[in-house]
Amino acid sequence: MYRYDKFDQAIVDTRVEEFRDQVRRRIAGEMTDDQFKPLRLKNGLYLQLHAYMLRVAVPYGTLNSQQMRTLAHIARKYDRGYGHFTTRQNMQFHWIRLEDAPEALADLAKVEMHAIQTSGESIRNISADQFAGAAADEVCDPRPWAELIRQFTTFHPEFSYLPRKFKIGLTASDNDRAAIKLHDVGLQVLRDDAGNFGFRVFVGGGMGRTPFVAHLIRDFLPATSICSYLEAILRVWNRHGRRDNIHKQRIKILVHDLGPEEFARQVEAEWQAIQPLDDDMPLKEFERIAAYFTPPAFEEGLSDELDLSDPHFAAWVERQVAPHKQAGYAIVTVSLKPIGGIPGDLTAEQMDLLADLADRYSFDDLRPTHAQNIVLPHVRKADLYAVWQQLDSAGLGTANLDLISEIIACPGLDYCSLANTRSLPLTQKLSERFADPERQLDIGELKVKISGCINACGHHHAGHIGVLGVDRKGTENFQLLLGGSGAEDASLGKIVGPGFTEDGVVDAVERAVEKYREIREEGERFLDTYRRVGVEPFKEAIYG
Amino acid sequence: MKLLTGNHLVNGYVIWWTGEGWSRHVEQAVDVGDKGEQIAQVETAACRVNNPYIVDAEAGPNGPVPNHIKERIRATGPTVRPDLALKPADIDAGSYVI
Amino acid sequence: MVEVAIPANLRFRNDEPADEPGVSLDAFLDQPNAVSVRIEGGDDVRRLAPALDRLKLVEIDFPRFRDGRGYSSARILREMGYTGELKAVGDVLVDQLLFMRRCGFDSFGPDQAIDLDVAARALGEYDYVYQQAADGRVPVWKLRHG
Repeated sequence: MYRYDKFDQAIVDTRVEEFRDQVRRRIAGEMTDDQFKPLRLKNGLYLQLHAYMLRVAVPYGTLNSQQMRTLAHIARKYDRGYGHFTTRQNMQFHWIRLEDAPEALADLAKVEMHAIQTSGESIRNISADQFAGAAADEVCDPRPWAELIRQFTTFHPEFSYLPRKFKIGLTASDNDRAAIKLHDVGLQVLRDDAGNFGFRVFVGGGMGRTPFVAHLIRDFLPATSICSYLEAILRVWNRHGRRDNIHKQRIKILVHDLGPEEFARQVEAEWQAIQPLDDDMPLKEFERIAAYFTPPAFEEGLSDELDLSDPHFAAWVERQVAPHKQAGYAIVTVSLKPIGGIPGDLTAEQMDLLADLADRYSFDDLRPTHAQNIVLPHVRKADLYAVWQQLDSAGLGTANLDLISEIIACPGLDYCSLANTRSLPLTQKLSERFADPERQLDIGELKVKISGCINACGHHHAGHIGVLGVDRKGTENFQLLLGGSGAEDASLGKIVGPGFTEDGVVDAVERAVEKYREIREEGERFLDTYRRVGVEPFKEAIYG
Repeated sequence: MKLLTGNHLVNGYVIWWTGEGWSRHVEQAVDVGDKGEQIAQVETAACRVNNPYIVDAEAGPNGPVPNHIKERIRATGPTVRPDLALKPADIDAGSYVI
Repeated sequence: MVEVAIPANLRFRNDEPADEPGVSLDAFLDQPNAVSVRIEGGDDVRRLAPALDRLKLVEIDFPRFRDGRGYSSARILREMGYTGELKAVGDVLVDQLLFMRRCGFDSFGPDQAIDLDVAARALGEYDYVYQQAADGRVPVWKLRHG
């Protein structure tokens, strides 16, 4: 993975000292909260329901074991012994004290971590395919470009007071594991016939109040132009995005209002105008970064054989282990969704264990995913059994990837001051209702996503089954959506009908699932059956 | 009744106006009537509270009970982590939240 | 971190200031003898292209510090070759000064007084920058590769 040089380190260290002084000024009353708020948001520090929350960046979802151990240290020293992986591959700590934040950031800076631009109206953490560098179906590892873009967008002086937040996602595979079409800018790495790298550029995706699937605005952008092209996109939006209504200020609204063709035309015109500035990073700089992402020293000629005589191990392999491009290796997705648990939450002890496993079995490489799991990308098949045993003994051995109990959920009203409803008790109830492994396997792939409010941090629009919490005259109410997808076949879920109580929506989900089982055809997932028959049969089953 | 609440500037904890100062315990909160805004301004300027606001509550057997579930969760802690509640040893403390 | 000298009037230029206040963009383009213009958030500064020669002062208004349109306007003006005074006015806080200087602003008229010591620190805080902008600072990638 990328290692800071003295310049990167100096910038992060300076940021810590700058923020330390800003905190001092705030505590001394030299700044109002209104003045301090954008500054603390630029360092990922929210004021949340119970305390300040710190969102630590995990750039393009890549961590080494030392960094993971530091996250455990932060959890122990400054928080309450645990952390939470978000739907953007970052880690959140929910109980931070303002006075401790600078010291926590200083500890993070020692291991090349930060919380820069993880909130507020800034260019946020860049997300990427969690199987990068390991999957056989990618054109190349997209992360060198993610790192290039990270540097380019860090403290960009023109784009630090944007109309709203801005999220970039990258993949290098036709199988989009990073949900790039639901980002403000989604980039797919390709090669042209001459072998040159370039990007398919998608703009204007997003969830929230007004969800959109991103539009393709450029078929093939030469990879070396990505920074200047992003500048053009950002400048068009910074200049022309709305500033009058906070709910209408994301770039997706501008793309929609102008229409994608006109938006693309304006971006191209701006891009031409800024060519003389030569703002792109040169190829030499890209190559310097790419050198950190060369494949690890895989052993050659390892066997792909696996002893699956232990049925629990076999079940886990079936769900959680994906093929690796190198013979004898495998990609492990560790489920952070134990039955009845809280998605994405890890205790400090579990973090330490994962650090050890990464160190010992995965070339020191860990990848939090936008589905709130974590990947060990390079595990020898011969080591899988040992890895599984250790995961299992720590409560991390659930075999439910992409099954109905593997739910994505935002923290909801238990933690978040923006929420209308709690999301976690519902998650636990759903998970427990469908706990039976046989039943889950029979149902098959079914991605459930739960948000406690319209801000959609649980990505409910992209759930095969989505749940949205709403406030109905002061009580918690839950709307059911069907048919969303965050993959390359991106689609937005549709509300089925009137909302439910918390227990009611668990029953409604069960009725929808049973209907699917009743009418499905050979090989169809829930999503496929829904797309074939439409909402009516499900609506009837749910509401009777 | 009207309660004044906010977060402690330095540690971020949820706090409630007691009439004389701030407490983490909603049982000690007082009805601020129509004085809430005024108190909020003074306390904000003195950096003793961040983001104060008024909430509606009813009198309860053990002190005020906020009307809205969000405020009850703020008063007691995350419903899914009773071990992190304000009073983890008191299993009944959060029983009125939901 | 370096010490940066902050002029008391927050004007980082040595020439004589323009003695006219800025008129609106439309008015400026309509009056061939005007030398000062005031740009509001939604104005298109590229319309000033034919008038750059006579332009001495561009004031860019920040009605709320969160409204970042002025940063793009400033940079575009410098890209067009404007070398006159570029002044950020309105809701300008000390923590925006560095980004504003990088975008080409060389004077400031904040609504609320700025602490000069805090400003000196803010402007000198960062030894390195990741990207090129209008201030001519050498970005890190150039330092890496010479």
